[in-house]
This record gives sequence, C-alpha cells and structure tokens, in this order.
Amino acid sequence: MRQEQTNIFFGIDWVMVFIYIILVGFGWMNIYAASFTEENSAVLDFSTKHGKQLLWIILSIPIIIFTLFINGKFYERFGSVFYLISIMSLLGLFVLGTEVHGAKSWYRFGAVGLQPSEFAKAFTALAVAKLLSDRKYNLELIKNQIKVFIIIFLPAVLIAVHDAGSAIVYLSFFFVLNREGLTLAYIICGAIAVILFILTILFGVQNLTISVCILISLYLSYNIYKDKRFLRFHWIKMTLIYMGGVLFIYSVDYAYNNLIKSHQRDRFEVLLGLTDDTKNIGYNTNQAIQTIRSGGSFGKGFLKGNRTQGKFVPAQDTDYIFSTVGEEWGFLGTSLVIVLFVILLFRILKRAEQHNNKFGRIYGYGVASILFSHLFINVGMVIGLLPTVGIPLPFFSYGGSSLWGFTLLLFIFIKLDTSKSYDW
Amino acid sequence: MKRSLLLYFLILASGLILLIRLFQIQVIKAGDYNPILGAEVKFVFDDPERGYVYDRNGKLLVANQLSYDVMIIPNEVIPLDTLEFCRLLKIDKEDFKKRFQRAEDYAPYLPYPFLKQLSKEDYAYLQEKMHRFQGFYIQKRIIRDYPTKSAANVLGYISEVDQRITKNDDYYEQGDLIGKAGIEQQYEKVLRGKKGKKYLKRDRFNKITGSYMDGKIDSLAENGQDLTLTLDSELQQYGEYLMRGKRGGIVALEPSSGEILALITAPSYDPNDMVGRKRARNSTLLFHDSIHKPMFDRGLKAYYSPGSPFKLFNALVGLQEGVIDTHTSFYCYNGYQYGKRQHEFMGCHCGIYGKPIRLNTAIAKSCNSYFANTYKRIIEKNNNPSQGMNQWNQHIESFGLGNFLGYDLPQGKKGLIPDGSFYDKKNTFRWNASTNISNAIGQGEIITTPIQLANATAAIANRGHFYTPHIVKSINNIPITDSAYTVLKKTTIKRKFFEPVINGMEEVFKTGTGKYYPLKGIDICGKTGTVENFITVDGKKKQLVDHSILVAFAPKENPKIVLAVFIENGGYGSTFATPIASLMIEKYLKRNIERKWIENSMVKKDLYPYYLESLKPSTIETGTD
Repeated sequence: MRQEQTNIFFGIDWVMVFIYIILVGFGWMNIYAASFTEENSAVLDFSTKHGKQLLWIILSIPIIIFTLFINGKFYERFGSVFYLISIMSLLGLFVLGTEVHGAKSWYRFGAVGLQPSEFAKAFTALAVAKLLSDRKYNLELIKNQIKVFIIIFLPAVLIAVHDAGSAIVYLSFFFVLNREGLTLAYIICGAIAVILFILTILFGVQNLTISVCILISLYLSYNIYKDKRFLRFHWIKMTLIYMGGVLFIYSVDYAYNNLIKSHQRDRFEVLLGLTDDTKNIGYNTNQAIQTIRSGGSFGKGFLKGNRTQGKFVPAQDTDYIFSTVGEEWGFLGTSLVIVLFVILLFRILKRAEQHNNKFGRIYGYGVASILFSHLFINVGMVIGLLPTVGIPLPFFSYGGSSLWGFTLLLFIFIKLDTSKSYDW
Repeated sequence: MKRSLLLYFLILASGLILLIRLFQIQVIKAGDYNPILGAEVKFVFDDPERGYVYDRNGKLLVANQLSYDVMIIPNEVIPLDTLEFCRLLKIDKEDFKKRFQRAEDYAPYLPYPFLKQLSKEDYAYLQEKMHRFQGFYIQKRIIRDYPTKSAANVLGYISEVDQRITKNDDYYEQGDLIGKAGIEQQYEKVLRGKKGKKYLKRDRFNKITGSYMDGKIDSLAENGQDLTLTLDSELQQYGEYLMRGKRGGIVALEPSSGEILALITAPSYDPNDMVGRKRARNSTLLFHDSIHKPMFDRGLKAYYSPGSPFKLFNALVGLQEGVIDTHTSFYCYNGYQYGKRQHEFMGCHCGIYGKPIRLNTAIAKSCNSYFANTYKRIIEKNNNPSQGMNQWNQHIESFGLGNFLGYDLPQGKKGLIPDGSFYDKKNTFRWNASTNISNAIGQGEIITTPIQLANATAAIANRGHFYTPHIVKSINNIPITDSAYTVLKKTTIKRKFFEPVINGMEEVFKTGTGKYYPLKGIDICGKTGTVENFITVDGKKKQLVDHSILVAFAPKENPKIVLAVFIENGGYGSTFATPIASLMIEKYLKRNIERKWIENSMVKKDLYPYYLESLKPSTIETGTD
C-alpha cells in the first residue's frame, strides 16, 4: 500500500472545481440581482438573501476542505452509515420537522433551516455505489434488483410525502443501474409509461385504448409475420400485453382524475394546452418566459433586469433563478450556463468511466444523473417545457442546504476521483 | 463502454433541447416582447396645465383651480386615530368604514380616491396633519374655474372623455378631460397642451419601484396655450343681464374685423355649474330642461325668420339689379295685393296710405308694400322667375346667409336662402314672385340664425364686405393669422348702393320704428323686425306672440359694433329688441349706462310666465282636462 497523500489537493480535477466555482459565483450574482433592492444593496448584509447565500458559500469552503481531507476509502466504508443517517433524518422530519410552504421538509435551528432531503441524494448515491460495487452483487438477479430499488426508493418515498417534485430526481438512478447492467427495459417501460400518461390526458381513455390496442396488434402481427419465437401462439403473453396496456391507460386516467391533487392536474393541463389558463396557473411559467425573453440575445446587464427587480417571477431566487440569468445575461448567459453544466456532466462521466474502482465509477454516475435530472427538470420548467416541479438548479438556487448538498455530492466524487490514481 | 453512451447521449440531447428552446425564446422571438407594453413598465401621464382664456381686454375668463382629493392606498394604511381623521375630513365613522371598504374592494395596493374635492380651506388644514395618517395622501387635480360666471355658451366646458374618442385618438386615456362645447371644444388642441409621459418600473404588485431607464425616454408636459377671445366680457355680461327672464340671442360683432364682441343666449347657466363634483348633477338638469333649453345656443343655432331686417338686403339687391333707385316710389294701401283673390293680400302697418313711398321712408317705416314690389321686380326682372330667383339668391348668399359662416365655434346651422330650383321642386305649377312674396319681408322660406344676420348687417355697416366672425383674437398673445378670418369677403353689391340703405336705417332710429330709443351723440342705424311664429301643441298649430328682432350698427360712420337681437315672443321689434340693442350700444361705446330707466324696465320684464302658458294647448281646451 502506498503512502497516504497528505496534500488534500493532490490529483484534484481542476476542471470540475473550476466549473463549480464559476457556477456558484455566477449563481450568487444572480441571487444578488434577484434579491437586490435600492435599500439592501450591501453585499454582506446577512438579513438579505444574497448576504445569506454568500455566507453559505463561504461556509461551503470548510465543507469542501473537510470532504477532500477525508480518505476516499472512508466514503466507501461508511457509505451505508451515511445513508442510514439520512434516512433517519428524513424520518425525523415527521416528528421534528418545521412546516414551510405546506411542506414539512425542514429542520429549524433558530434562524437557520436545514433540508435533509438535499443531503440524502449524495448519501443515496453513496449507498447505491456501495451496494453495486460489491463483487458478489449481480444486478441481473431480481432479488438484487429489489434490494437496490429499496435503497433508492426509500428516501424517495420519504421525500415524496412532503415534496413530490424533489422525489422525481431519484428516478435518475435508473441511469446508474442501467450502466451497471440493469436491462434497458426498465427505462423503456418508464418512458412508454410517461408517453402513455401524457397521451391519455391529451386524447382521452377511449381513443388511446383503441390506438394502443391497434399498435399492439400491429406489433404482434409483425412478430408473427417475422416468425419470431417470442410470443408465437403464446396466447397468455399476448393477452397480458393487451391487458397491461389497457389497464395502464385506465389506471392513469383514474389516478389522474382522482389521486393527483387538482393544482397539479391544472399545471399539466395548462402545460399541455388543454384548458385556457383562466386561473392563471401558468403565471409563474409565463412570467419566467417573459422575463427570459425580455433579456434577448445579450441581456440587459447585471442588476438591470427590471422584471427581476419588479419581482414578477415568484421564487426567482430559488427555483426560478434561471430566469434572472435569462433577463440580465440574455441568451449568452443562459447558453453559457447550459454548456458549463453539460461540460461538467461530461467531465464527471468521463472521470467516472476512467475510474479503476467500481465504487467511484458508480458514485460518479450517480452524481452525473442527479445533476443532470436537476438541470433538465429545473430549466425545462422555467422555460415552459415541463410542468412546474419545484426543484432547485444545482449551485445556482438560493438555499444553504441545496448548495451544501450539491457541493458535498460533487466534492465527494472529486475526492474519489483523486483516489483512483493510486490503488488500494 | 456501450452502456455508458446512453447518459452521454441523453445529456447532449437534453442540453440541445434546452439551448434550442432558449434560442427560440431569447433570439428568434425576442422581438415579441415590448417592455413598454409589458407589465413591468408603467407609464403615467404628466398632465399639462390647460391654457387660460382671456377676453379682448385681458380680463380672465377661464382659469384653472386646484382641487384636492384625499387618496388612499389601503395596504399602506397603519392603524390610525380614526376619530380624529374623521373629524378632519368631516365624515362620520360609518362613512369612513364604507369608503375604506370601497377602496379595498377596488384594489388593496392601488391608490383610490377616498374623498374627492376638498375645499381649499379643508386642504390647508388637513395638509399639515396628513403625515400622521400613513396610507393616505392628498392628490392635487386641476379643474376649470370661470371667474366671470358668464359666456357659458361660448366657453363651453370640459368633462371626461368618452370611449368613442379614446378608441380613435391615442392621445386620450380613459379619465382624461376634454373640451365638450364652446371654445373648450373648438380649441381643444391649443388649450390642452401636450401630455408628458413618464415611464416607471413596477413590480408584480403594480407597485412603482423607480423610474424606467432613469427617465431617458420620458417626455415633459407642455402646458396649453392661452387664448385671448374677441369677446368683451363686460358687454357679454351686460347682455346676459338684460336678457334675464327672456329667451333669445344677441350677437354683437366688430364689423371692421369680424370679431365677436358678445354672443349671448338666454337662458344660459353659470359655467361653474359644469365644473367638478357639481357637473354630473347639473348637466343632467341643464341638458334635460326641454322647456328652456339652456344648453341650446340661440345665438348660433336658433332658426328664426329674419323678418323685416331682411328688407334691407332686398333693397340692396334691388338697387344692384337696377330695378329700383332712391327715387323709385310705390304706393301702399295698408298692404299689398299680390294676387287676384281677396286673401292674396299682404298687410302693412307703415301707415302711409296712398302716398308715394321712397326707399328711405320704406326702410324707416318698414313698409311691406314697398319691398313686395321691389322683390317682385327683382324676381321677375327677366320674365323668368327661376332665373331671377337664382340671381337674388346669389346676391343674398354673398352676405354669408344661407350657409355655415365658418366661425370658430363648434356649433352652427346652415339656414336657408331658397333659389330657383328650390321652388321648381316645391311647386308643381308655374310660379312667380307672388308665389313666395313673403320672402320680400323676410318671412316665407328664408331661415337665418342670429349670427348670420349680425354678419350680414356687418357687411352693410362695412358698405359691402365682411370678415368671417370669429371668437379667438390671439393665441399665446400672437394674433391669429388664419386666412379664413383675416381675409376680407366681398358682397356682390356695389359700395354706392349701401349709402341709401344705411340712410334709411339711420332714419329708423330718428323717425321710424326705433325712434323711442336713440342714443345721444351716436347715430344708430338699424332695422326692427317682428316675426310671426307658430308652434304645434297637441297636433294643433298655434300662433304665438311675434318674435322681437332688431339688427343695428353704430356709429353710422366707422361703425364699431353690429348687433342682431332676437327676443322670442317679445312682440314688436321696438318693444324689446330695440331698447336692448340701444343699451348694448351704449354700454359698448360709452361703457356707462345713463338711461337706467330703460335698463330697469328691460331687466324687469319676465316672459317666462308666457313661455309656460304658450305650451298649453289653449285656455278653452285646458278647461276640459
């Protein structure tokens, strides 16, 4: 075994660190712009959101140093312990949580709130990596699949109770699982389910049932025609496919009309253009799009976003922070952010693939998947491609828990990344 | 390695989707967004001060006054000493609650008038205490003020612009004030000035957060221009005073310029009644008064037959056409037999039986027979009545009769001077002068308005020309240059023919129908008129007491003032119109009334009882009700 490296910056991938610094810095500028008013322009005023965020950013430095200081093996060894702690903290919310905006997802310590769900992502990624990296672990076994599903969905369910939107992110672990050998069928089934869901809402149960039945029939006839062995005269399987499809459509319809909360239903319908937005449900999205549009190609300039300062977009410093970028920095700024994120994600994937240790690779994949889903869902929502789901934009959105959660998530990977250069 | 490609691909694809969408929003469709029209910029108009109006002697006729509204922004109100506040505003607590509720219902974060139009005294008192009541503030507004309380018909009024106008004219916003009558309407664009526009940033609660683009695109308000009218407000007020209790109109012109010295309609109203809080109630009262019609400008719009004063023009046409001269004489036998039948006879009150009457006397005594003969000669000059009629029409219309004069006030009527084709159409049979002999004495088909008649008289006073009457003398002290009012218009009558007619008019005030009201030291030339009139009550035509009419100018040489006076149902021209005109001339030329007794008797005469009586079908029939 080699000598333990004492220099915490040894082997660090500075590209990721650099992009992280740019994103956090640029993010803070936008929070400053969004919370800035004539009266509170002081940067270090901790009663303002930009002041607080600056504090969170400064405090994230010791977190980073600490994260880098710890031996990489420590994360692998204690991954499951961290996971258990975060599950406990999520459970603890039911007892000790403070309710903010109808969601009991906060621990409150005086003026400071802590959102355990933001940290749970990193620890779930560690736990998944730990489980999958076991040499004896084989994902093709249903038993093992169930094991990992439990690890993923336990925190997801606990989070979904308070905040359904944040839980969606956990679905991105399927990318990790797929990478590690889980059949693509899960993702395809998931995608088909989402498509069917949208189509059902769009076209109604009956139309869709008929079209799906026709499609299945065509597919089956094609199979029979091609003389494939699959399904040939396998009447039970064939019936099951029909029944599955129809049942899914009807359950979607039922769930949509009876289980989903009406405000969520409204959001869907407005997004899909099914109803006129008389209740102004699309207000947030409309305002966000208008705000982004008003920025044009090159933006209005830092602190010159009059729509931002007019506070037209609700939650503009948190979930809708991207609209501030759009207004003040224009397409130049928004595309820069997207490109930076894509470079970061690619970098993470590349370093993960290069990892000679399975744990590091799987964790890296988890990091990339989580960041990716956050990016796409958040920006997609702000620019009106996806229904309103309140999740933060990593490194950008206001909030200490979110910033520290993502910092932890990324820097554990950066630390693991340094470890790959020596074996153990 | 193959498996790892999926996430790469998804990230790349999603990134592209986001970029394409952003490109679409921010670059391709960026032009769809206009911040000025968007919610985050609000523009407010900086209202200019409306121009003042002065009379020809510099006396202030229309000014602006400040009015003070207590405004409220319910959101910003903090608990206050309601009792004291109510005491200051002179309202009770219930009222306070009601007003507060109304403002809150409108919008909690928007200003709303809490109490409108405080008096100046209340304002002064309240202003000092206002800072203690957060959420309330005082908003100044500019409304009109009419210090002379007269000439309402000329000055007009301003009121809130209606939707028809805001739709077609970008300048006006709902709630703006616009001139609705009189010069306020006619000179709206001069008086209103130009609104300034201020762009303000606002947040999503509509709260103003500062100026937009640091005020770079703001524009300043330009105040309205001041008008100086041709009106002599002293004369105007005096005329209004004389017309008390009567209906009718007086138009006074300065013949040398066409300037309107006075334009009086009776009954009228105090222009201050149409200002501010009182307007809504008063305008209903005034507009719906179908008996007295105070909003109807009789000087400009009333159709009256001109009556005897029209004889002057027939005389002029006769002289010009050469069918009479100053020595031509006709006989009068208490009237004029124009047809063969018994009833085809026009009576005459000149009282000169069977003696030759010349032009001078004919005018002085207003002899119907003389002018019937003259008229017959004019029309039948070429044995072609239609042609003769056209000829006559041309001469008469050259005096500005029978058409809109083109003065600068928004109201008017055309009047009617018939021509040949008029009677060709009207009569199926062959007609001649006898058919419409009434035109000879200004009855018949002829219709004029008082201002037309005054203007035509000015043409006589000027010996053959006139300037289109107008009410505005200068704008911002720069005399008007509009050629419509500064270019002289000629009549078709030669200058030399005016003198004999004017001599006749002078005779009127010496020996004729106006002989009781001469003015010491000033030669008044005039012509009285007594006009038959009818109304229809319950479907029955009813003859009323004649209208009393007079046209006059003075002095004879270098005339300074021309008048047309109409008193509805005043009887003979000499009963009302003559003394009133005489007093008006005295007022204008001497500035002081010495003949107080005439003034007193005129002011005292109240025709209202008669006006009300005349609306009843008849005394006999009322009994059966």
